[in-house]
Order: sequence, then C-alpha cells, then structure tokens
Amino acid sequence: MTDTLTLPPRTRPAPSRRPHLISGPATGLLLAALVAGLVAALVVGISIGSVNLPLAQVWGVVWAHVTGRGAQADPLLSQVVWEIRTPRALLAALAGAGLSVAGVALQALVRNPLADPYVLGVSSAASLGAVLVPALGSTALAGAFGVTGAAFAAAMLSALLVYLLSQRSGRLLDSWLVLTGVAVGYLCAAATTFVQLQLNPTELQGMMFWLMGSVAGASWPDLGVPALLIVACMAWLALQARALNALMAGEEAAIAIGVPVAALRIGLLVAGSLLTATVVSVVGGIGFIGLMIPHMVRFVVGADHRRVLPVSLLTGALFLVLVDLAARTADRPNELPVGIFTTGLGVPFFLWLLRRRAKGGGDAA
Amino acid sequence: MRLDLAGVSACIDARPIVEDVTLTARPGQFVALIGPNGSGKSTLLRTVYRSLRPSAGVIRLDEQDLWRMRPRQAARHRAILPQHGQAVEGFSAAEVVAAGRHRHKRPLERETPADQAAVTTALERVGMDWAADRLMTTLSGGERQRVLLARALAQEAPLLILDEPTNHLDVGSQLHLLDLIRSLGLTLLAALHDLDQAAAYADQVVVLRDGRVAGHGPPLEVLTPAFIEEVFGVRAHVGPHPITGRPHIAVASPVTMSDELITTGIREGG
Repeated sequence: MTDTLTLPPRTRPAPSRRPHLISGPATGLLLAALVAGLVAALVVGISIGSVNLPLAQVWGVVWAHVTGRGAQADPLLSQVVWEIRTPRALLAALAGAGLSVAGVALQALVRNPLADPYVLGVSSAASLGAVLVPALGSTALAGAFGVTGAAFAAAMLSALLVYLLSQRSGRLLDSWLVLTGVAVGYLCAAATTFVQLQLNPTELQGMMFWLMGSVAGASWPDLGVPALLIVACMAWLALQARALNALMAGEEAAIAIGVPVAALRIGLLVAGSLLTATVVSVVGGIGFIGLMIPHMVRFVVGADHRRVLPVSLLTGALFLVLVDLAARTADRPNELPVGIFTTGLGVPFFLWLLRRRAKGGGDAA
Repeated sequence: MRLDLAGVSACIDARPIVEDVTLTARPGQFVALIGPNGSGKSTLLRTVYRSLRPSAGVIRLDEQDLWRMRPRQAARHRAILPQHGQAVEGFSAAEVVAAGRHRHKRPLERETPADQAAVTTALERVGMDWAADRLMTTLSGGERQRVLLARALAQEAPLLILDEPTNHLDVGSQLHLLDLIRSLGLTLLAALHDLDQAAAYADQVVVLRDGRVAGHGPPLEVLTPAFIEEVFGVRAHVGPHPITGRPHIAVASPVTMSDELITTGIREGG
C-alpha cells in the first residue's frame, strides 16, 4: 500500500453533548428502570380496579395462587383478583410489548416513519374475521376457531395476500408493501362494515368493544400464545439488530456490508404480521402504540436497534398497563375504551418529545 | 483483488439495460466507468453490488463467482459507496460507520477495540472524526458522503465500488476524495461523470453507451476528441493542463462554440 492520504478535516466546533439523550451505559440503567416501572405498574394494576378491595387480601390471593398454598380467601375475591385483574394486567403488558415490537419490525421493513403494525392491513382483516363469526353463525367458523382464531386466521391471510401482491420474483418492494397493505386494509374495513350491518344490535355491541380494542375480559388461556410468540419474535429480531440498522440506511448499503436483505425482509414481514395478528386477535385494534412507541424510543436512545428493540418492548408494555389502569379507574365503576387513553395520554407526550428534540438541534442539513 | 465481468447483461422489468459488458480491474487498478445519463452505469454497478442479478454473464472476484458467495463472504471482498446515501434519523456518524463492521461481527457480539479503532481510523481518513457523535441528519450532503465513504473503508475490503462518489461535493472535496481513494491501494471501480477527472485519476476507462461498451482502455487512448463528441455530443479538446501540464480534457457545448449561432442569437435578440 502506498502512503495513504486523508481528507483534510472540516473543522467545526465539537458537539457539547452526546448524540442521543440516553446512550452507552445509561441504556442499561434505562432498561432496569423500565423493568422496575413495569413491575410496579403491574402491582398497582392488580391492586386497583373498578371495585375497592383491601390490599392485604388482594396480595394474599396472588400469593396463594403463585405458591400454591396459604389460606383460600373469599371465592368471589379470589375470582376478581386471580381470574380477572391479574390476567388483564399481564395481557395489557403483552399486548403493549407485542405491538411496539411489531411496529419496530414493520418500520424497518417498509422504511416509512408512518408505518405501524396495521400498515399491512392486518388489523382490518382481523376485525373482518371476528365479525364474520357471529355473522356466519357459530356453526361454521366459530365451532373450529372461535372469534380469536378467526381473527388470527384472517389477519395472517391478509398478510400473505399483501406479500404476494408486493413481491416480484421473491423481492419485496417497500413502496408496494405500504400501498397494497393500505388497499387491502380498506377492502377489509368495507367488508367489515357491510357484515356489521347484517348483525343484530346485541351481537353488534360485543363486536364494537372488540373493534375499538380492549384488554377487558382477559383470561389465563389468552396469555400463552402471545407470550410465546413475543419471546420468539423478539429473540429473532435481537439477533438481526445489526442487520436492521444497516437496512434502515438503504437496501444497497445493507447488501454492501453483507446483509442477506431479501431473506431479512421476508423474516420481518412474518415476525411483524405474526405479532400483530396475535395481539389484534386477542385485544382488538388498539391504535397508536405500535406507531408512536418506537418513535418515542428512538428520540431518546437513538435508532440503533440493539437499544430500540428492548426499550420499545418494555416501554410498550409499561405504557399499556398504565393506560388500561387509567381506563378502568378514571370513571369508576364504568370502563372507558382503552383507545381514548392511548391517544389522550400518548399524543401530548409524543408532541412534547418531538418539540424538545427539535429544540436540541435535531434536524438541519 | 481482481474483478472480472464477462459478458454481463442485466434487465430491469424485463427491459435490457446492460448488454454483454466485459471488463477487468486488475489488483490496485482504478477503473472509471463513464457514459451519458441512462447508459447503464448504475445498473451495471448494481450487478456488482449484488442488488440486481445479471441476466447473463458472470462476475468474478479473484476467480470466484460473486453471485455464488454468501452475503458476508461477498462483503469481505468488496465495499460499496452507493449513489443514494440516505440519512436515517437517529444514527450518529460513528454508528453509521460501525455498520461497516457487520461482516466482522457475530449477532449480539459487542464492538471490540479493533472495531472502534477501525471506525475512528475511517472517520479520520475522511476528515470527519470531529463528527463521530453528530447525528447524520445534522450533517450537510457532502459531509454525509464522507461518512458513507468511511463506512465503506471500515469494511476493510480489497475492492471498492463507487457510484458517482464526487456527487454533492465541492470542487476541492472532489479532488481530495479522488486523491484519497487512489492512495488506498485498493482495486477501484467507480462511475464518474467528469471526463477530466476520469482521465486524471483512472488507469483504465470503460465507456458505456446504450448499455454496451463503446470503448475501453487507458483514458487518453480512449477519450479522443472525436470519440467524446460521438458519445457525449460535446466538443472536446485534449491539451496540457494549464496548472499541472498533464493531459487535460476540456469540453464545450457545440452550441456555445458556434460563432455563427451566437451572432445569429444576438442579432435576433436585439
């Protein structure tokens, strides 16, 4: 090698602060704080509900169930705490985590900041699957799957359709993905509206609650599949974190540094739609979280997926547990739809972060 | 690292864009790819990036078929500075350059001191070490281009492919960048727009026209005034550079060169 040159430096004042609000070792502290916050929120979520119960008895019930011993409390109290509040708080955490991670995966897939877990039409398809069950009567679909199963099946079918329509010889085209996803979503929404018109008012009422999204009515069997899928998808995504960083900078740049881009993008589509379909089929269409949590997290820790993925998972979980708590307690004993709070609490916080970042000299060039 | 393209053709949407291109870059050689807009330069480079599979022909790196390699193996052999570098929100310059170390890393493996040293060295090479902790979105177009070059350098591959690397750069930075990449001792394949820069820096030029090789060889043998006029439709003059004394290509539009047209224009305008 000959004597190598360097480009003359462009001297500019050194930056006085780190590029991200939280980076390096502080990320570990942030993760620890989020875990602590999540545990605390779950404790509060189980302690408080639409009826007041003495704290000692509440935790007596939990202790008895967890350890399998201890005095059995009043069966009604036991029912409320162990069969209603506990699975509900846990489901909120799972759904929040799943939607946030799905948002990260799909934003990396379509490289569009407006992408959310519903960008591939998965949520509208799940709603369609769900309304088809009462419409077709319990014999056909519901007998085999139930509402949850039908919603999941419809969601995965729509993801498959979107994939088939937006690939060309196995390669996914990002602009097509967004457009076909939105188109398929509209189609499913229209079909849902049509089916709803055929339903009688009592069937419709249950449906409406589901369409707006809710973690009410959670039971222990609802938790297993989402928990497993979140762990599996998160583990796979964590292994791809470095490749995801490269993919954000463009397909050619990612190929250049050795990322198997075509396979990675198909993996992202599968992981993103599996997560979304699972969550939507259990809790309905809860909006905002999958779009905004990943953005908020990037504002704070930067865009490196090795930080964005775990922080989004925990933030999403924490956020939905708190929001569900607010939805249950703001107007006791009535329950408000959780969607009112996800947006009502989330949007002001998001806008504050956005403004704060702009003031810090985020965008220029 | 020796690069061979043998009879490479490539299609986009079943339309042939590049046909039967054969070229060779011997180890340490700088081969400039030139040609008018739409002549297929970027498409040809995409076949070497492995983002577009050739419809015919074969691309070899030291006798190994590039398209039969695994992605990481290919990344060990060739680094790329693409034409459209996007600035992604939320990444600092150092993080972007660190991505160039991908092929050296296992999943979940942390950055080693060797990685950090490679990142720092690459940023110093391009004169951007001061910006290591700056967000990419706060840098100018030219500064981003330097950071993306640093990412390619951090890859430590013996072959470097560049698609119009001097785009977005001021004239001083253009020459510095060409000096820099030439000094690296790497095999270089670069699409260039400026004929004079190609003549001054490249060992070989390959001229594309309508997707085919219209000429190849040492720059001053290929880029004769008659050839330039035929391919680019401009008047050209090759003479000693007023500063360096080396051969220099000056070009001018045939319209502005025509006294008759200028006079007619003035008369009509007045």
